[in-house]
Amino acid sequence: MTTSIQRTWTAICPAGAVPEHAGVAALLDGGVQVAIFRLPGDRFFALSNWDPCSGAAVLSRGIVGDADGVPVVASPVYKERFALETGRCLDAPDVSVPVYEVRVREGVVEVESP
Amino acid sequence: MPTLVVAGHGMVAHRLVEAVRAEDPSGSWHIVVLSEEPRPAYDRVALTSYVDTWDPATLALPGSDYAGDSVVDLRLGELAVSVDRSSKTVTTASGDVVSYDALVLATGSRPFVPPVPGHDLDGCFVYRTIEDLDRIRAAAVDKPGRGRRSAVVIGGGLLGLEAAKALRDMGLSPHVVEMAPRLMPLQVDEGGGALLRRLITNLDVTVHTGTSTDAIEADGSRLLAKLGNGTELDVDLVVFSAGVRPRDDLARQSGLDLGPRGGVLTDASCRTSDPAIYAIGECAAVEGRVYGIVAPGYAMAEIVAAQLTGGAGTFPEPDTSTKLKLMGVDVASFGDAHAQSEGALEVAVNDAVAGTYKKLVVTDDGKTLLGGVLVGDATEYNTLRALVGRPLPAEPGAILAPAGGGAAVGVDALPDAAQICSCNAVSKGAITNAIHEDGCDTVPKLKACTRAGTACGSCVPLLGKLLSAAGVEQSKAVCEHFPQSRAELFEIVQATRITTFSELIGRYGSGSGCAICKPAVASILATLGNGHVLGGEQMTLQDTNDRYLANLQRNGTYSVVPRIPGGEITPDKLIVIGEVARDFGLYTKITGGQRIDLFGATVDQLPLIWRRLVDAGFESGHAYGKALRTVKSCVGSTWCRYGVQDSVGLAIELELRYRGLRSPHKLKSAVSGCARECAEARSKDFGIIATENGWNLYVGGNGGTTPRHAELLVSDVDTATLIRTIDRFLMFYVRTADRLQRTAPWIEELEGGLDHLRAVIVDDSLGICEDLDAAMVKHVDNYADEWKGVLEDPEKLARFTSFVNAPGTPDPAISFRSERQQKVPVMLGVPEVRR
Ligand code: SRM
Ligand SMILES: Cc1cc2nc3c(=O)[nH]c(=O)nc-3n(C[C@H](O)[C@H](O)[C@H](O)COP(=O)(O)OP(=O)(O)OC[C@H]3O[C@@H](n4cnc5c(N)ncnc54)[C@H](O)[C@@H]3O)c2cc1C
Ligand code: SF4
Ligand code: FES
Repeated sequence: MTTSIQRTWTAICPAGAVPEHAGVAALLDGGVQVAIFRLPGDRFFALSNWDPCSGAAVLSRGIVGDADGVPVVASPVYKERFALETGRCLDAPDVSVPVYEVRVREGVVEVESP
Repeated sequence: MPTLVVAGHGMVAHRLVEAVRAEDPSGSWHIVVLSEEPRPAYDRVALTSYVDTWDPATLALPGSDYAGDSVVDLRLGELAVSVDRSSKTVTTASGDVVSYDALVLATGSRPFVPPVPGHDLDGCFVYRTIEDLDRIRAAAVDKPGRGRRSAVVIGGGLLGLEAAKALRDMGLSPHVVEMAPRLMPLQVDEGGGALLRRLITNLDVTVHTGTSTDAIEADGSRLLAKLGNGTELDVDLVVFSAGVRPRDDLARQSGLDLGPRGGVLTDASCRTSDPAIYAIGECAAVEGRVYGIVAPGYAMAEIVAAQLTGGAGTFPEPDTSTKLKLMGVDVASFGDAHAQSEGALEVAVNDAVAGTYKKLVVTDDGKTLLGGVLVGDATEYNTLRALVGRPLPAEPGAILAPAGGGAAVGVDALPDAAQICSCNAVSKGAITNAIHEDGCDTVPKLKACTRAGTACGSCVPLLGKLLSAAGVEQSKAVCEHFPQSRAELFEIVQATRITTFSELIGRYGSGSGCAICKPAVASILATLGNGHVLGGEQMTLQDTNDRYLANLQRNGTYSVVPRIPGGEITPDKLIVIGEVARDFGLYTKITGGQRIDLFGATVDQLPLIWRRLVDAGFESGHAYGKALRTVKSCVGSTWCRYGVQDSVGLAIELELRYRGLRSPHKLKSAVSGCARECAEARSKDFGIIATENGWNLYVGGNGGTTPRHAELLVSDVDTATLIRTIDRFLMFYVRTADRLQRTAPWIEELEGGLDHLRAVIVDDSLGICEDLDAAMVKHVDNYADEWKGVLEDPEKLARFTSFVNAPGTPDPAISFRSERQQKVPVMLGVPEVRR
């Protein structure tokens, strides 16, 4: 027997609404908050917006950059960095945030529903 | 493969596993670690700091989960309940039986709870683990309260005072009860104890010494602590901190020898009466003696690791020095603090005015240092401790003389064998060796290479000094993306007229930037006048405060601070602030900077709030920016019978002149109308005090973490000269300081100090004054209110939404409760860190 995994996608906003080198927050069903980031070359990433180190839902408001070439966002509260690709925290061992699939369809950013 | 079983996973057990793995990289030992606590070993020494963040991750010890190391099997939440020495097995609480070839007991201590009646009532706690603190917090926070909550700590030793600090940081009023006649009886002597008591009492902790606790009684939802001297304390909770007892139950149960006062008896190589079993850390009684601090435990771990990997070792004479900063009060004792060595002499200086007590214990010829006690100011602790057993560089009296008059003890004076890091037993020689032989040229590299500075951190300043002494220039690079210092970047941007971060990093840096270099470059671009701070790409460089032109608060909301120049405000404007605060339900507070802070605004509310404020004539107060904050004023000659100049008028003029100037760190100023100095001008980056003939200008003052009085730069100058001098002072600072360096440390590091500064900006020794003047004129001419700029630009306004797909919906995770008739944030429990 094979099981197929059905992904469902939520349309968020026009791609142009996410500024390059920065993030925006989106509210999904069930109150889930996702932070969507955009890097040059139309590269989009989505992490949980909730910062486990401070307890505030603010990751989308962090500064985007890189650490040794790994794209990261720094929490605006206490500045821990999270890798955009994996959600792993570079500054606190064993801490990470959920990552979500994200894609652009016909100019609209869509996020995989949790 | 032989199996090493380690019972307990505290700081010492972790050091053991690390040391065995380092000596035995091929993994000839299979290691099973049984940990009663639900998390890997953490920094218990720093436990009290958990109260700052309530985030266990801040206490994590690097590598203590052994992720990716297949040789180590760390079993969390698994208590070892018995040892069978004949079959060489350990049985755990879940019923597992683990065979060992070698067993190390590293079970630490348990808090001692004296058997006073009522010690087990609800609301009684101990203080040793993260869970203990979570429980205390829950009891302190959840209790429906009337007024300020209070607590009593039983025990006035090191741990008791740490617990009192934690309770105070949680907002309770603590009492401390100590049976001995003074606080910290083990560490400090009578003189130090008396001063310590005074300093601690000043900090809102009530101290009861020389009395026992006779009973704890329940009184409704509160507790009554009855003291031996008749005092009854009505409190919300009780924390026992009356010492610790070694956890020697496994040894007791399996018939190993115990020490005379408990603890698992071992020889000098930490071997117990069964040669296959070792004991280390607080549970061990090495040659009969139990140690309650971490450094001797680390030494034991190293010795046992050496033996397990084919080496040998015996326990060295341990260093039981302690230094701590309790609620901002330095307390340190080292070596033979109580002058117990034969013929030891004590030299003490008790300075009641400065609030310091210092005692040195020396040999009878006064030449060799044996130990000492420092209370109130322990700056010299690291150097003095390292000199124990060695000749003093000067007369003891000269070393103890108050700051300025004293003979400074520099790192140069230390011999190679002197211990710099007592937590990890690292000598000066080992550090200089790492600098010269292993090329460690930064403090982080020294930490990684020698381990110095990785436990309590008190030796870190000495590491920096040793680097400088070795002639290593410490890198001024802004971060991994820019090899230049901030001052160099400033020059580059100014000379090349580059106006974007992308171009700057493309031409002069590497990678894509980070949270360190982006705001630093944003500040440089703003100082040099490149339009609105949120214009185009600049928005993405700003830290969250600058990005939303408001100050981020702990729950993700922001605060709003309109500018009130000089602290002067009309009744009409005051009413507007009141109405705005009421209409948006904002918590309102008068700040320390003579203005009003409105807290609890969501991102969506910020433009609505500012629309109202801007319409009423308010401007951004830049409370969020590394920029001019406030120019405080006293009431001055207009009203005050002593005033000699119009301090309010000048303060307003200065605040309006420098508002919006972006700088390496925030800038504060004040103007006092006479020498009585009611505006506290000498604690500011630039402070002005009126004289009969004009103004005195003081620069480089600082409140905050490291207070410093501003120094007199020019005196009796007229207003025009004053303003020209400040213009140049600020512009010179803005160009040459490091990122996040305030004027006080900047002046201290400036070669030539204040005299050089005076030469540059008064006598124009570098010929740059014209340039500095022009830059300030440009700033003044180009100033525009940032909030007005946002309100006028739909594109910028559109960024002020919580959710891109639900504009107008505020963050549902934000909630408030009410306290003293105003709202305050509710944090959703202790941040639970996902693993
Ligand atoms: C609101 C206020 C406390 C109050 O309720 O009175 C305050 C609040 C904050 N201060 Fe302060 N400080 C406030 C007056 C002060 C003062 C007193 C003064 O200015 O007269 C000082 C000591 C004087 C000095 O700076 O030299 C002060 C020394 C600090 C420091 C330590 C600076 C230092 O050089 O050591 C920091 C941390 C920093 O800037 O890195 C800080 C940082 C902060 C921050 C920004 C912390 C943060 O990042 O969240 C706080 C946020 C304010 C907010 O959200 O609105 N605050 N802070 C005061 C605002 C004054 C104003 O109207 O702008
Ligand atoms: C608030 C506070 C402040 C301190 N400040 C300082 C300081 O400034 N300087 C200093 O040097 N020291 C300080 N200490 C003391 C220092 O923390 C200890 O000396 C050190 O942690 C001892 O390490 P350990 O590994 O021997 O024991 P512990 O850290 O107590 O670890 C023992 C571990 O073993 C577990 N365990 C016990 N029995 C079993 C069993 N049968 N099976 C499985 N697991 C078991 C325990 O749950 C515990 O996790 C402080 C302690 C506290 C609580
Ligand atoms: S307002 Fe200032 S002193 Fe108070 S908690 Fe914030 S930073 Fe600390
Ligand atoms: S002295 Fe504690 S870390 Fe060095």
